[in-house]
Amino acid sequence: MINRAFLPAMLIAGLVVPAAGCVDSRSQAHAVYVLVDTSGTYVSEAGKARPVINYLLGTLQSGDSLAIARVKSRSFSEKDIVARVTFDSRPSQANAQKRAFRDQVGSFLQMVHGSAYTDITGGLIQGAEFLNETGAGKKTILIFSDMEEDLDKVTVREFPISLKNIRVVAVNVTKLNADNIDPRRYLGRLEVWRKRVLAAGAFEWKVINDLERLDTIFAKS
Amino acid sequence: MTDLNSWMIWPDNTVLSVLVVLLVAMIVLYAARVPMHGLIRSTGHALAGPLRLGARWLVAVAEDMKRRNRAVLLAQGRRETGQRVEREFERISTLVTRDLQGYPNLQRKLLEQITHVEEDFQKCGEVMPPPPDWVEAVAAVAQIKTGGGEVVQKILVEIRDSIERIHDKAVAEYRRAYQTRHGILEGFLPYWRSLDKTIRQVDQKMADMQDRAAAVDVHMEKYQQILAGTDEAQATLTNSSFTQFTISIIVLWIALGGALINFKLIALPMSEMVGAGDYLTASLRTADVAALVIILLEASMGLFLMESLRVTHLFPRISNLNDHTRRRMIWISLALLVTLAGIEAALALMRDILIADKQALLQSLASTPAALPGEGWIARIPTVGQMILGFILPFALAFVAIPLESFIHSARTLFGVLAVDFVYAVGMALRLLGSLVRLASRALLHLYDLLIVLPLMAEQMVKSLRNREPRVKARPLETTDKYVSPF
Repeated sequence: MINRAFLPAMLIAGLVVPAAGCVDSRSQAHAVYVLVDTSGTYVSEAGKARPVINYLLGTLQSGDSLAIARVKSRSFSEKDIVARVTFDSRPSQANAQKRAFRDQVGSFLQMVHGSAYTDITGGLIQGAEFLNETGAGKKTILIFSDMEEDLDKVTVREFPISLKNIRVVAVNVTKLNADNIDPRRYLGRLEVWRKRVLAAGAFEWKVINDLERLDTIFAKS
Repeated sequence: MTDLNSWMIWPDNTVLSVLVVLLVAMIVLYAARVPMHGLIRSTGHALAGPLRLGARWLVAVAEDMKRRNRAVLLAQGRRETGQRVEREFERISTLVTRDLQGYPNLQRKLLEQITHVEEDFQKCGEVMPPPPDWVEAVAAVAQIKTGGGEVVQKILVEIRDSIERIHDKAVAEYRRAYQTRHGILEGFLPYWRSLDKTIRQVDQKMADMQDRAAAVDVHMEKYQQILAGTDEAQATLTNSSFTQFTISIIVLWIALGGALINFKLIALPMSEMVGAGDYLTASLRTADVAALVIILLEASMGLFLMESLRVTHLFPRISNLNDHTRRRMIWISLALLVTLAGIEAALALMRDILIADKQALLQSLASTPAALPGEGWIARIPTVGQMILGFILPFALAFVAIPLESFIHSARTLFGVLAVDFVYAVGMALRLLGSLVRLASRALLHLYDLLIVLPLMAEQMVKSLRNREPRVKARPLETTDKYVSPF
């Protein structure tokens, strides 16, 4: 990256330096919102979010934002955000923030309890709200879930949502017992979510089940 | 389909329709032959004329550029050769001051040594005085007959003893004299060696002087050629410029590599100072530009230092400064350069700390713990190396001023030559295009006549028939050629 930056920097240094600050730095930042499903069918898988979060901590740079939230019976709430951080512009401070964030997430994953219902839509709306507030140029929502939404009778989520310019990545989408009987249920569930997310204006929809290939999370499809 | 056939006079008979249309077209073209020829010629002329004019103008421009290039090249060569001659004279002056100033002492020393050697030589030449005349007396005594007399016998024994004593004494004297001469000869040797050494020194100095004089001769000859503005001098200077250009490009590339390493050393720690998340453009971080500005500042300080030292002459104002101000400028630029080098060394250290911190974080984030780096002095080698590199590179970059100056001067010559060649090539292309247009217009005239060949043949026949009747004057076929002259 430095090598690539060197020659343009040489050319631009003389021209752009006087106009420093004319580009919005936030537009270059990356914001990631990680939703961890804590419903009864998925709570045992929640621990698998740790390596992904660690990968994100190792990948995200100064100025980037990261938030971890849980998906429970009703997830459209600020209280469901377990940890959030915007990394300091100084790399040394950013490293300290990352350590603190790692510890915070570690405690959460150790004490996570299963919820009765699964409100993925609420989590997505909350995530979109958080990401839009950060003003980052690149916005990503990672969902650790089986993608089986299960709402109580009073919770209303049947309305169009907005995920404009957000990349949505479903990670570690586990198969339910019923999916094993009829795989069309699993595939159909993913297809429904794909359509819904893209209809909401999402930039991209991606499913990654192989946690060994975390680098594909941010790779363009 | 209807539209396509609309031109046909008899839609049912295509052949007849085509023939009639061709005939009508031929007649119309024949009737319009003279104005059409004129139009084609004037169009060709209108196109070819400016092209040829442009070609001539470009050739004139190229000649002018060539003249200016030559003047600049010769002026540059004159200045450089003048400086070289000046420097050679300075060296000769130093030689003369250093060596020939002490020449009287050297000469005195030489004369003293020679005198000493001569004196010693004369001393060596001194021989023992010849033996006394008593040898003859001894011979006379030897002839005396003893006659058995005891007294005479005794006298003779006495004489013999006396002679033997005198002989021993003379031989001892003789040996002592030779010993003294050998001693003198032994003392002779250091003087001789010293003399030899002194003469060698003189010889060496004279040879140096001759070499310098020969170099001055070569430079003076070159200078004279440049002054005379000979083609040979121009060719030599052009070749020299090309060589200089190539060498300076290579050195500048090497320097660019050094600058890149320097950039890598300080870009990361600069983000700690100006922030890693600030961007000037979509892909250009402020920290990168800040690091580059530091490097450019170092290069600038190096440039000023070299200018102040009069190593380079890119800024005449600096080299024309009085010695006091210039010396002050040398110290200021050197101090700034040292400060920047110190900052770079500190940044290099900070880079190492940041990388170590990042590594530690990544290791703590990794599911499987990675091996820790070794402790002790071996682990500190990269840190120390980076710091040394950070301190040295600014000074190394300072010397970029020299190839940069060479590059600028030689690039003027190179690009001048290339520009002249380019203008010549464009001029040639325009000239070629003009000729092509002219030839094309002529070809078009013939093509036009080919299309109306039948009416022309008929005209020819009519003319030949009319030629039999003397009163009737036929219109010549080449009439149009007389109205509009070709080019």
